[in-house]
Amino acid sequence: MAEHKNIVHEPPFHLAKRASIVWWKAWLIRIAAVALGLVVCGLVAYLFSDRLRNGKKTLEDFYYCFIKGSFGTERKLWKFLKNMAVLQCISLAITPAFRMRFWNTGAEGQTLMGVWGAIAVAFYLGGKIPNWLLLTLMFVAALICGAVWSVIPAIFKAKWDTNETLFTLMMNYVATYVVSYFLVVWVPSGSSSLGKLKFGKLPSFGHDYLLIILIVLALTVLLYIYLRYSKQGYEISVVGESVRTAQYSGMNVKKVVIRTMIVSGLLCGLAGYLIGAGLDQSITTESVGGQGFTAIMVSWLAKFNPLVMLLTSGLVSLLNQGAAQISQDFNVSGAFPDVIVGIILFFIIGSEFFINYQIILTRKGHAGREAVK
Amino acid sequence: MNIWLNFLIDSLAFGATFMYGSTGEIITEKGGHLNLGIPGVMCMGGAGGCLVLNMIGKSNLPGALIVILGILGAVTMAMLMGLIYSFLTVTLRANQNVTGLALTTFGAGLMKVIMSKLDATVYLVGPKQFYRWPFAGRTDSLQYLGVLFFLAVIIAVVSSWVLYKTKVGLHLRAVGENPGTADAVGINVTRYKYAASCIGSGIAGLGGFYYIIDYMASPEAYLSLEVFGWLSIALVIFALWRPHMTIIGSTVFGFLFSCSSHIANIDGITVTMAAKPLLKMLPYVFTIAVLIFTSIRNKRENQPPASLGLSYFREER
Repeated sequence: MAEHKNIVHEPPFHLAKRASIVWWKAWLIRIAAVALGLVVCGLVAYLFSDRLRNGKKTLEDFYYCFIKGSFGTERKLWKFLKNMAVLQCISLAITPAFRMRFWNTGAEGQTLMGVWGAIAVAFYLGGKIPNWLLLTLMFVAALICGAVWSVIPAIFKAKWDTNETLFTLMMNYVATYVVSYFLVVWVPSGSSSLGKLKFGKLPSFGHDYLLIILIVLALTVLLYIYLRYSKQGYEISVVGESVRTAQYSGMNVKKVVIRTMIVSGLLCGLAGYLIGAGLDQSITTESVGGQGFTAIMVSWLAKFNPLVMLLTSGLVSLLNQGAAQISQDFNVSGAFPDVIVGIILFFIIGSEFFINYQIILTRKGHAGREAVK
Repeated sequence: MNIWLNFLIDSLAFGATFMYGSTGEIITEKGGHLNLGIPGVMCMGGAGGCLVLNMIGKSNLPGALIVILGILGAVTMAMLMGLIYSFLTVTLRANQNVTGLALTTFGAGLMKVIMSKLDATVYLVGPKQFYRWPFAGRTDSLQYLGVLFFLAVIIAVVSSWVLYKTKVGLHLRAVGENPGTADAVGINVTRYKYAASCIGSGIAGLGGFYYIIDYMASPEAYLSLEVFGWLSIALVIFALWRPHMTIIGSTVFGFLFSCSSHIANIDGITVTMAAKPLLKMLPYVFTIAVLIFTSIRNKRENQPPASLGLSYFREER
């Protein structure tokens, strides 16, 4: 019996939080994660593509599609930049709220309302007033609509601590049906599809998409400065870090919450304006197409840093467009990009663990002695 | 049958989709995990079940076995999704909201890829008759109350009993309220969190299966499934984290959701084209109203588990 006394069960390893990590190591882990994710994507594609299995296409073609889909032709490159700009804009829009730990899942609806605001003005006033005035009014309407849609949940959050995740989520669907209501009213024929409007198109120079891309780039820098160097940006960080600390240091937390959500909503409205006036000149219930949700992940992957977000929104757009090319070339369903983005996200999300924590292997008998000391 | 009674029964049947989804989500949340991936899980549950039925739908197996295998397929696939979620959030301590959203993107996408490869005449037409026991062949909405509907009610009631009347349930609730304390009294926190997320996902997956195979029983049903996952998450709040309450909640949701199509059948009411979108808005507006109402009342026993959404790391104090 006496021998049993000395046997201590030691796990083969234990975990410890890293105090810090060299930047290149962190990026190495992330790149390795994406690479692993791409391997899994290949396996999944193998399961679903007949062309891959019967040898008409090779895995090489599969990975080349990611490059081809986004950079294959000049038109594709511009499309890639445009998609990235829109995604980046929505990601920027939700960032202030997320830095405050306000889980705004309503970017989809807020942006859609922005599109609706712009298009509604163009529909009713198009051709009746000068173009510059029309564009200005569309801009104002888009921003107001976006802000209204985000400030409603914010007020309830500030006043009664109503769950913002679900509130903003439900507002998305309300927005969808507001749009489908107006489509029925605007297009009485019953087809419910509004054609391209004649008026209210943003002027373009160089290339159709160039202006939008430049606006988003400027916005990225501005938001970075706002969050990093302004007093309001500092207040957002403090509230996000700890509501108690903010209260003790005399900040009006309710005011910060509502103000930040207005900023978030205004930016969503701007994204809606870019979609409505800059690209589509029309609206459907799918005008935003789920990008409001993708933006949450883009923003989080960038650790809510607007500059890093250029990288993550680029990555997600690249994956999306590449996978769209794949579903065309390899004869799989049009939903395939979602699968690819999902898999890569799993790997990046998982890789954060290896950046934040250290796995320490236990040497025999070592940990026990340490504990005694 | 009376038109209102018909409407009510139809709401009950439609509600079973939410009943599965929100019962699953409640069990997950009781373990301290907010799974926003439930829409994706429900989608994959549906896909898993259909995948199995696609293989055996035309075989000579007895009807009961086909039903059971289909259910097992749905549960297994959904539990695999739950496993991905719990590996990322429990073992790797990832952010729950982001993981959930990624799971929804992935699940909804993969379901569409899988379903586009299946043959609806095999997975729908043959097996359908077996699910509609005991009211098969009726022309009113009673026909929708089949095996899977009763299973939903049973699961909801049993889950309530397990959560609030047994030791296992007490332990799980302790884990969700304060994992540190639960750990200190010797409850295996990791095991409970894994089990809650996986079992919860398995149950939610049945909701997707029920919707595609039984309630809608149409080849396009899978395209509209994702929304009901989100509504199931919202229903958790309405049910105040009590699974048996989802029976009432889901009926109300089902009622509001099918309002726009049923109201037109009632004499003296005409629904214009423009009114339809407004009627369809009802369930969401109603959810918002419930959210606001419960937060204003702010009773202690109606609150979410205290550690909901937070990762647990033992070495961190």
